[in-house]
Amino acid sequence: MPIDRYDPEAELMLLHFGPQHPSTHGVFRMDLYLDGEIVVKAEPQVGYLHRAVEKLCERLSYSQITPIVDKNDYVAPMTNEQAVNMAFEKLLGLEVPRRARWMRSVFAELQRIASHLLWLGTFAMDLGGALGGGSTVFLHSFRERESILDLFEEVTGARFHYNTHTIGGNRHDLPAGWAAKVKAALAIISARIPEYEAMTLDNKIFLDRTRGVGVLDAELALDLGITGPLLRACGVDHDLRRDAPFHAYDEVKVNVAVAQGGDCLARTIVRLAELRESIRLVLAMVDGIPEEGGINSGKPIKLPVSIKVPAGQAYVALETPRGELGTYLIADGTHQPYRLKIRPPSLHALSALPYILPGVTISDAVAILGSLDPIMGEVDR
Amino acid sequence: MNAFLEALLIATVIITVLMTVTAWALWFERKFAARMQSRLGPTMVGKSGLLQPVADLLKLLQKEDILTTHADGLLFNLAPVLAAGAAIGAAAVVPFAPNIVGANLDLGVLFLLAIGAVTVLPVFAAGWGSNNKFALLGGMRAIAQSISYEVPLLLAALVPVILAGSMNLGEIVEYQSKHGWFFAWPFFLGIPAFVLFLLAMLAEANRIPFDIPEAESELVAGVTTEYTGMKFALFYMAEYVHTLVASAVAAALFLGGWDGPFAPGLHWMVAKTLALFVGVYWVRWTLLRFRSDQLMRIAWYFLVPTGVALVAGTAVWVVWRS
Repeated sequence: MPIDRYDPEAELMLLHFGPQHPSTHGVFRMDLYLDGEIVVKAEPQVGYLHRAVEKLCERLSYSQITPIVDKNDYVAPMTNEQAVNMAFEKLLGLEVPRRARWMRSVFAELQRIASHLLWLGTFAMDLGGALGGGSTVFLHSFRERESILDLFEEVTGARFHYNTHTIGGNRHDLPAGWAAKVKAALAIISARIPEYEAMTLDNKIFLDRTRGVGVLDAELALDLGITGPLLRACGVDHDLRRDAPFHAYDEVKVNVAVAQGGDCLARTIVRLAELRESIRLVLAMVDGIPEEGGINSGKPIKLPVSIKVPAGQAYVALETPRGELGTYLIADGTHQPYRLKIRPPSLHALSALPYILPGVTISDAVAILGSLDPIMGEVDR
Repeated sequence: MNAFLEALLIATVIITVLMTVTAWALWFERKFAARMQSRLGPTMVGKSGLLQPVADLLKLLQKEDILTTHADGLLFNLAPVLAAGAAIGAAAVVPFAPNIVGANLDLGVLFLLAIGAVTVLPVFAAGWGSNNKFALLGGMRAIAQSISYEVPLLLAALVPVILAGSMNLGEIVEYQSKHGWFFAWPFFLGIPAFVLFLLAMLAEANRIPFDIPEAESELVAGVTTEYTGMKFALFYMAEYVHTLVASAVAAALFLGGWDGPFAPGLHWMVAKTLALFVGVYWVRWTLLRFRSDQLMRIAWYFLVPTGVALVAGTAVWVVWRS
């Protein structure tokens, strides 16, 4: 039944969807104007998780910023750390050692696997309920993600907020035998990916719930600044890892997954393909991490105030699991940034909601929101 | 007076057994789901968490009883009681063994379907009385779903009724012990009717993949959003009793009820009921959820025509054979 007819004169019901709601992925609120079950108008409201991270960064010295931005995108903290430190390195003119760049790439890809696994679980939970088949998918993918967190813990000592990147390189070196553990963990995950594909792409109910739902036009996506898997699901072949290589991506070939359709199904296909591709990349890179060269090019930081970034501006963008994470830094020559602007990909993804929600039911609104993979920590900062 | 006391005694026994079975079915479901999800499930209270239902009940008893502002107090308070009552009431006509049946009605199947139709009223009363938009939406969905799935449920139940020539569940079971269970019936009647009944039963009992009235990822908790403590527990219990009774009815209508070799009838009935009950939960922890309009489409485009064809086919077959 196409849901394209509604009476604009009818009295609409305003439903405050969130901020305390099981499916808003944190504290996100949508004001939904409903006609029956059909959304007529949607107004996203952000800001419930605002912690003034950008302002806080202006009062911290450069070396103190890394652990703060860890908490922005709390599903992919590694890439947050990399983004700010790359901006500092750019203004300082520091050359990161090749070994550190390869390590950063491996970390970023492992983080992408962990993030996409978490997305798969939460998306299934949006479709299938926390007390039902959805939670089965969720707990299975959570189990796999756990093994990646164990790998990170082995390197950094932390499971989540790593604080392992620093200006000019990395803080923690790889422990002996880490590569073998990575390969063992990824062997298990890649053996189970067919299961996830069977649970989603071969599942009649899943296909019914996602095909043609939440179609995002490529033109609209580009206008709104949407990047990452969402843009690639619209058929736009764009990936910063290939188009503007950072870390070690200039030395390895990244196969970019693109799907057509721009609906929730295309987003699932893209993310599952990226899961496979990331596993391939890690396996290709983890043995190639150069042994020679240190992991840090900068001098050991004795005092936080000892690093003074020369005055100037720098913009650094890198491809996180959610898209282009930009860091715009204005330095004034002191030990603190004058301004540190973070461009989170999730905020741009959420800005599509007023365009794609009208005309769908509440059930589809939940599915669409879940398919955008918003992380409120980085949306509100 | 004696007859009254006897009826009271039987009713008390049936209700007590139902409640107890429900409580530990809940424990079993949690363990079962945990195994499916590579977890452990409850382990802390008692051996293997066997006393978890008791702990849950004690916790729910202590909860504050909250009435929302501008809620319709009468409907709000009446709904959980009615829901539990209707769910348990359906158990009255289920024959657990040749002599163990609460009320041996000649119109047993009709009574069951009538009770099934009543269960939607407390749900909508709760949705309306809560003064909560999520609850209201849940109530609306419940009515749409209940009306749609009543029809295929009734049509599927009519197949064994026509074959046995009786609406008495006991006589339907007798018929099956003479002529075999559903798979011994003509293949174009028995198996489709059983599948149709199971599907409609899932929808009637609000189980995944048809649990849209309470769809917690969309409507928070649907009609039970504003309920706390024992009122919530009553709804929760009603849901499980409903599933359990529906499993028992399916066992009686299609799986030959108490019929079976080697063991007393009651054992067979309990075994069949619990097997179907576990099947419902297997489905629940495996599948995702349909959207409400997809649900309606399945009912009206697919299940209802199939049901009509089945009933017509059964009637033709019975006439042709006689």
